[in-house]
Amino acid sequence: MSERKFKYVGTRPIRHDGVEKVTGRANYGADVVLPGMLQGAIARSEHAHARILSIDTSKAEALEGVKAVVTAADFPDIPCEWKGGAAGGTDFGELSRNIMARDKVLYHGHALAAVAAVSPEIAREACKRIEVNYEVLEPVMSLDAALAPGAPILHPDQEPMGIESEGPTNVTNRLAFEGGDLDAGFADADVVIEREFTTPMVHQGYIEPHACTVRFNEDGKYSIWCSTQGPFSVQMSSAIVLAIEPNLVKCTPTEIGGGFGGKTTIYLEPVAMLLARKSGRPVRIVMSREEVFRASGPTSGGRVRMKLGAKRDGRFVAGDCEIWLEAGAFRGSPAGAAAMTGLSSYTFPNFRIQGYDVVVNKPKVAAYRAPGAPISNFAVESCVDEMARELRIDPIELRLRNAVQEGDRAPYGPTFKAIGLRDTLEQARNHPHYKTPLGESQGRGVACGFWFNAGMQSSAIVSVNTDGSAVVRTGNPDIGGSRVSLAMMAAEELGIPVERVRPVVGDTESVGYTDLTGGSRVTFATGMAVIEAAQDAVQQLRERAAKIWGVDAKDVKWEDGIAHGCNGAADQDPMPLKVLAPKLGATGGPVVGRAQVNPAAAGPGFATHICDIEVDPETGRSQVIRYTTIQDAGKAVHPSYVEGQMQGGAVQGIGWALNEEYLWDDDGVIENPGFLDYRMPVASDVPMIDTVIVEVPNPTHPYGVRGVGETPIVPPLAAVANAMRAATGVRFEQLPMSPPRVLEAIDRNGR
Amino acid sequence: MLSSGYEAPQTVEEAVTLLAADADARVLAGGTDLLVQLRTGAPAPTAFVDIKRIPGMTSMEIGTDGLHCGAAVPAVEIYENQTLCSLWPGLAEATDLIGSTQIQGRATWCGNLCNASPAADAVPALIAVGAQVVVAGPNGERTLAVEDFCTGPGQTVLGQGELVTGFHIPAPAPRSADAYLRFIPRSEMDIAVVGAGVSVTLDASGTISTARVVLCAVAPTVFVVDDAANALIGSSLDAAALDNAATAASAAANPIDDKRGTVEYRRRVAGVLTRRAAKIAYERAKDRG
Amino acid sequence: MAKLHIETRINGEPTEFLCEGQQSLLDALRNALGLTGTKEGCTTGDCGACSVMLDGRLVPSCLVLAAETQGRTVDTIEGVASGDQLDPVQQKFLEHAALQCGVCTPGLIVATRALLEKNPDPTEKEARFFLAGNLCRCTGYDKIIRAVLDAAAELRGDAA
Repeated sequence: MSERKFKYVGTRPIRHDGVEKVTGRANYGADVVLPGMLQGAIARSEHAHARILSIDTSKAEALEGVKAVVTAADFPDIPCEWKGGAAGGTDFGELSRNIMARDKVLYHGHALAAVAAVSPEIAREACKRIEVNYEVLEPVMSLDAALAPGAPILHPDQEPMGIESEGPTNVTNRLAFEGGDLDAGFADADVVIEREFTTPMVHQGYIEPHACTVRFNEDGKYSIWCSTQGPFSVQMSSAIVLAIEPNLVKCTPTEIGGGFGGKTTIYLEPVAMLLARKSGRPVRIVMSREEVFRASGPTSGGRVRMKLGAKRDGRFVAGDCEIWLEAGAFRGSPAGAAAMTGLSSYTFPNFRIQGYDVVVNKPKVAAYRAPGAPISNFAVESCVDEMARELRIDPIELRLRNAVQEGDRAPYGPTFKAIGLRDTLEQARNHPHYKTPLGESQGRGVACGFWFNAGMQSSAIVSVNTDGSAVVRTGNPDIGGSRVSLAMMAAEELGIPVERVRPVVGDTESVGYTDLTGGSRVTFATGMAVIEAAQDAVQQLRERAAKIWGVDAKDVKWEDGIAHGCNGAADQDPMPLKVLAPKLGATGGPVVGRAQVNPAAAGPGFATHICDIEVDPETGRSQVIRYTTIQDAGKAVHPSYVEGQMQGGAVQGIGWALNEEYLWDDDGVIENPGFLDYRMPVASDVPMIDTVIVEVPNPTHPYGVRGVGETPIVPPLAAVANAMRAATGVRFEQLPMSPPRVLEAIDRNGR
Repeated sequence: MLSSGYEAPQTVEEAVTLLAADADARVLAGGTDLLVQLRTGAPAPTAFVDIKRIPGMTSMEIGTDGLHCGAAVPAVEIYENQTLCSLWPGLAEATDLIGSTQIQGRATWCGNLCNASPAADAVPALIAVGAQVVVAGPNGERTLAVEDFCTGPGQTVLGQGELVTGFHIPAPAPRSADAYLRFIPRSEMDIAVVGAGVSVTLDASGTISTARVVLCAVAPTVFVVDDAANALIGSSLDAAALDNAATAASAAANPIDDKRGTVEYRRRVAGVLTRRAAKIAYERAKDRG
Repeated sequence: MAKLHIETRINGEPTEFLCEGQQSLLDALRNALGLTGTKEGCTTGDCGACSVMLDGRLVPSCLVLAAETQGRTVDTIEGVASGDQLDPVQQKFLEHAALQCGVCTPGLIVATRALLEKNPDPTEKEARFFLAGNLCRCTGYDKIIRAVLDAAAELRGDAA
């Protein structure tokens, strides 16, 4: 790996989009206004599971101010068919049915019809006047209920993948990885820990509700402005759902008010498109917070059975992990990713991991930050902690004895290149936090976490302005400071201050195809494209300087934003970009660098977290009192935003561990579709989150960058549970560790 | 109903007339319950009757006979009043627990009481200090004890045309003090799972001569637990008295299982909070000795 | 029902608008007046994204009726910077990278200014409790609290 000295990478400049965001000028999804715009609203199912016998929209249509009403009858009937691999893919027929229920409603909140009207009040009132005849079916509200003999089947016609099934089932997919000889491994073990863990369905909890605005032109073209993590996937998915060519759809991403994976799919866009076409006017739809909870895509509730075998000296000899995840109403839980990540932090000579995808009458899940990984990791890292207690080995030491390193093969296939897990563990062991004494009713827990990180397709354009500044255009909505990081990488190559590089997020017609903002891929993969595009621009700049000097381009080197003659041209006066830029027109025209990348693999991310918790033994209430996250970032381009990812992910994980959960009544109605009772962490719930950035350069990236966004949410569930174990003596196998559950467990343990 | 009216009467009489004439009009004080209910599906009222333009509704006065507080004084003004905080610290703390800082810029005692939630934070603290509520209506004004105001979840004694105009809290007796604690899963922003308000008066020797224990979120209405108070009276808050008060509070609790807590948990925590609040009130009263 | 005609003062400017009785101040700001810096996260007073100052008091604009602002003063995020100068709170949010997606930021800045007006030297704990009604899902609050405490120091004139 290069020992390159960076000038801008690793510094902490103010983000370019910052002023707009602290002044309220930045435009988010719901801030788009078009002349003549109508407001849309969606009528949603009050039942969790029912057959739709009929929908009568006539009373809604008759209401003054209503301009268009649509139901599934207005949508093309897209066939249901799984596209993609077993570990990840999409069924566009089911996507279409999730956007607008066709024959059945499959969760409380499932869209049934939509209205565009001159005001949101009228649109909502019209929705209330839509009459639906249902045949109410028994809802399937848990894994147990879904798997029970005689359970109601959500999709009776669907064939499961990866398993043999006698007759219809709610299990839609099984994925397995095996290695070595599991039985022999456990026979060889001195100690075996086996436990079963459950986690609830939880929501990403982004503060900005989903929103989109659509204009339809009479030539058949749609323009969409929306809050999304992937404008190209909005373009593609919306076109498929409406059976039109993608080139008829232009998507302009607005600023995005959080996503965490939840804005990687579509809910509103095709609905607004049809309403706009039918009414002939632009249509804006904004979800309410209640709709976000009821009808966007949370992540799975899960059940994980974990069996871990070790020798007395702490070496793991066998691991068996069985993961069952709720997909919600349609197949496609992150069971595959949960399985692929579950055992990846340690070497297991003998292992088996199985992931099962199960449909239930809950909202269809979407991606949520390292999808699936926190769930399986909670089980694995809880068992590792229990093993450390059993073997009387320090939990960090035990992990170090088993931690994967360069050359080890991950259970899901690839062999690790340089990785930083051991470095994070060493740093944790030496951190003052780990050595600080604890008080009464306090406990400390440690956990590691792994996420693959993604590569995928990105393109970038770096254009040089006549004043010697530059513009970087990419296709990734900036969800947490990526724009400034991309500008820093361009600045590094061009050799000009980062303030003179303006980063722009393009729409689907102003930048080449780019996969979505997700998979912790933007600073890694799009960053790679930006570096290459900037290098392309630099090459062109060298050629221009050579032309001006009448020398060969190989005799011009580019350093710190200045063209220097070298070799035979060493006598030329150095020419800074500011001097060169105005001459571009006369030397061949503008300089525009371009690059496109499609890295197959990204450098994986590892982290170790330390959590201290204090528990009130009389009420079961707990408070995280100290928290440290240590993570391998490869190379931190903008350390503040790397820390921000680490801190934000840790707190989301703390919320998942302690209080967050969907609550349902017996009929499958969501009881807490709001921030009041969903209970995400507030500022006074958490301490400062200390960060240590470890930098083990990623050999697949020119600067050594690794994705950092997702890994931070993987360790906290177990870190908090392990701290709780230390504070209370109780091993918590069920999340959230809410006060009533904790008090009951303390009681049971005390008896 | 797509559109509601908005009225901002200048006098209590005008407000009474508006409310008496229209059963579907609703009083708007802080709006932090009323408007939330509206957003979550409750039918819109025919009109909002905003009482904040009526002189006296948004002001308070502390004199020798205690506190007179207008119905629509926002929470923030109550707990930022240093005199009030020193005289009724428990009541101030309860008021400071209602919602966020933003909510406290709007929320009022009147709204907290009229919403008639069993989990209202200010109400047990008001009852603990013997607060009275003043009601105006077509037949003039009446005053009643706060504990007699709510008749069930969402139900009050208010008749058509009646509204709360203010509160009166008698000046605290010498060597008396109050405290309020509530339990929530997070540190802020939740509705009480259980709340306990306690006030005590000590005699010159430090023995509790009178006490009040009030619980919220463990019955259909906020209610006074005489057995718990009796367990404290006559004691110097020894361990036995605290145990007995806690046991009495748990026994009196008659909660429901819901999304915010279970029956068993609420009973248990009612005892814990009663014990803790009694200790705080007792220490405060001693300091005033 | 005829719309109500409201005369108020927003960010120092005398302002008139029409609204319906049940319309929230948040809705009026965003849709009648084009002041979209005030964000909608929930409409039930649980997230703080719509925080504004009403007669100098911090309120959730989703739980204020637009009609209530008759004759009163409203201050929003759009009025925080003066001329070409950011407010110190805005500047510190930038310097500390106290925002990621930025959608909670306007509400947090309005609330932070309200905090510092009341309490120029808050402890970390006081800042956390005062701002508990402003949800942020991106940052874990760490950098926000650092920005708030640093802005307080700057406004007090203490060396950082």
